[in-house]
Amino acid sequence: MAAPRLFRPTARLLSSRLASTPLRPAFRQSACAPSVLRSRGYATEGGPKEVTVRDALNEALAEELESNQKTFVLGEEVAQYNGAYKVTRGLLDRFGPKRVIDTPITEAGFCGLAVGAALAGLHPICEFMTFNFAMQAIDQIINSAAKTHYMSGGIQPCNVTFRGPNGFAAGVAAQHSQDYSAWYGSIPGLKVVSPWSSEDAKGLLKAAIRDPNPVVVLENELMYGQAFPMSEASQKNDFVLPIGKAKIERPGKDLTIVSVSRCVGQSLNAAAELKQKYGVEAEVVNLRSIKPLDVETVIASLKKTGRLMVVESGFPMFGVSSEIMALSMEYGFDYLTAPAVRVTGAEVPTPYAVGLENMSFPQEDTVVSQAAKLLRL
Amino acid sequence: MSIPSTRTLPLKLLAQNPGLLRRVAPVGTRWSSSISQRPGSDSVRFPGAVNSKFTTQMSFLKASDLPAIPTYRVMDSDGEMVDKTRPPTDVTDEEVLTWYRNMLTVSIMDVVMFEAQRQGRLSFYMVSAGEEGITVGSAAALTPDDVVFAQYREAGVFQQRGFTLKNFMDQLFANYNDTGKGRNMPVHYGQNYPRMHTISSPLATQIPQAAGAAYALKLQDLQNPTRAPRIVACYFGEGAASEGDFHAALNIAATRSCPVVFICRNNGYAISTPTLEQYRGDGIASRGVGYGIDTIRVDGNDVFAVHEAMKEARRVALDGGRPVLIEAMSYRVSHHSTSDDSFAYRARVEVEDWKRRDNPIIRLRKWLENQGLWNEDLERETRDELRKAVLKEFGEAERGKKPPLREAFADVYEDITEEAQEQMKELKRILETYPDEYDLRPYQDGVKGLD
Repeated sequence: MAAPRLFRPTARLLSSRLASTPLRPAFRQSACAPSVLRSRGYATEGGPKEVTVRDALNEALAEELESNQKTFVLGEEVAQYNGAYKVTRGLLDRFGPKRVIDTPITEAGFCGLAVGAALAGLHPICEFMTFNFAMQAIDQIINSAAKTHYMSGGIQPCNVTFRGPNGFAAGVAAQHSQDYSAWYGSIPGLKVVSPWSSEDAKGLLKAAIRDPNPVVVLENELMYGQAFPMSEASQKNDFVLPIGKAKIERPGKDLTIVSVSRCVGQSLNAAAELKQKYGVEAEVVNLRSIKPLDVETVIASLKKTGRLMVVESGFPMFGVSSEIMALSMEYGFDYLTAPAVRVTGAEVPTPYAVGLENMSFPQEDTVVSQAAKLLRL
Repeated sequence: MSIPSTRTLPLKLLAQNPGLLRRVAPVGTRWSSSISQRPGSDSVRFPGAVNSKFTTQMSFLKASDLPAIPTYRVMDSDGEMVDKTRPPTDVTDEEVLTWYRNMLTVSIMDVVMFEAQRQGRLSFYMVSAGEEGITVGSAAALTPDDVVFAQYREAGVFQQRGFTLKNFMDQLFANYNDTGKGRNMPVHYGQNYPRMHTISSPLATQIPQAAGAAYALKLQDLQNPTRAPRIVACYFGEGAASEGDFHAALNIAATRSCPVVFICRNNGYAISTPTLEQYRGDGIASRGVGYGIDTIRVDGNDVFAVHEAMKEARRVALDGGRPVLIEAMSYRVSHHSTSDDSFAYRARVEVEDWKRRDNPIIRLRKWLENQGLWNEDLERETRDELRKAVLKEFGEAERGKKPPLREAFADVYEDITEEAQEQMKELKRILETYPDEYDLRPYQDGVKGLD
């Protein structure tokens, strides 16, 4: 048990003051921030403000803890240590140890505790240091949290939020960089959201906490430090995004790129490159919500462009992209002018070596080259 | 993993594993007090064990050298009080008679339903013969506001807390009166008030949930001090205690000081696995001690002992806001479930022996007879009456209509999703278009049940 746990702090390195220089650049800061958004410029009094995803999540948690006495946060290292990724920074000081709780290292235990507290009427927010470790508690999430409302005949709601980093992370190999969107997305009774930008992060997390159903919030570790401009509206404490609605991050007419979480940034950069290289206008849809899925927006976009590409970092088989492509056959087949394409993680446990790791996840050039192929450019 | 002290922790190691810092420091006063070894000290001052004496004798602790944890009992197998000097139990005669009646009800229902399953009238059933004393005795010490998480062999808890025969039968036959709306396997009962969480099939998942619910009650009671404080009672078998969830739950309940009473029904068998192959330690009770939880082992066939232990456990749980573990010993007279024939792995004579020699119902009956509260005639009349009541509810529940069709779609989420609403509309269209093809008479409200 102890040995694999020691690998966890690799992730902490990214957020720890003790290590000011990461072992290697985890992500290219400039690469992911979309030029479209950057051009809006920096914060002015009352206008949009640059906020990191981490701070947006922190703000969402603080606002919900403030406004709803039934909420509390629990997880490993969330209180004294301010969270392994500092998402819960300052919450212990503000809300005290009864509502911001450090747990022993036992996912089955604290996840079960969260589910039980939800069944008893509280609205717990359960942080997993990463969703890779939630595997030890997946029975609680699926067999208890997701099903109890139905199986109890509707008398036992389970208002619990599970959150934590999910999917691709840098340099932590197979057991720490897996995408669980498809896993949780396949379960009736669960709602699953996956934010990309700071607005997504704040709006979706708040929506998740307020939603009476169990919601899984799949964040991404590499996005935590990224800053995005946040509109004035989204800085307010009543800002909530609807679960189940996608957002068109970049309008276009030639190709629809549907993406989620960190891959949205990659897709936007790829779209910019497609425009620059080929003059192609790609429309980028940020799913925001895995379940329920905004089929309407995807199909409307597909009808407009006639071409569909899905970009996500999960494994290729039975994944989010498989589902979206199946739905596009069901609802948009007649509008497709070319076979739909998916760009996903590779069918291999994530390797540690940087070169191999890069090859096992979608990169911007993969998106560009696949799009060019799809468009026969 | 050995944990180095902060002072000797190499900076490099610390840089790689900042989490180590957290593990080194003591809980609560993590940064304010430093744990260090005083020169010449005779005891350990490591953060993980602050009061351990040093010794020069190298000896390993052997479980077999330690005395087994004693078993608390009040009444012997002849229904006599063991300790004649203690004051008589503070429970009224009427109450004891109610317990006896509840234990009888459950055991009679068990026989009827087991046979009914064999006749193919329901798919599954679980009897609790031999364990009625544990369930009824412990539930009697709870208030209606207390919350229960049960495993699946706790019909006595439901009975004692006001679940009626009609409630049992409606669930078993999954008719439209079933509060679970016919979605669960038989015996997966649930009740809104007094709160009894719906039975969950995967083993032991209820144990960490119970700790969480107890934590929730604690917070709610803190926020609303006018309300009478409540505890959670959590039931499970000794087999379930081998699951990781059990260990996770006890540890987290102890560290978070949750007011929960864990009641282990140690009935000797986990389906076919005898306790000898289930564990090597001193039962489940010894584990509670390891987690720093107040623990007691009681004679589960002695309803008075169970009741007293539970009453005290409830007090302790509320008093200090901490968990308690009760290991109640009994013998599973019944088969595990209707899917099991236990004579394949244990001798019939062993079972018959237990049934006759020591059984919670017979023991309490002896006590009642010793007190002059019960006799052969009363026994016969009560059994007849209960059997008739069971059969009456059985018949009515079996004839009862099935839940309306919409219940197949509702409650997956708080609100029915658009997709599901579309499917309901489509289903309704088909049913109305081809009325001769679908017999909707067994379903409450027929096709209107989709509205």
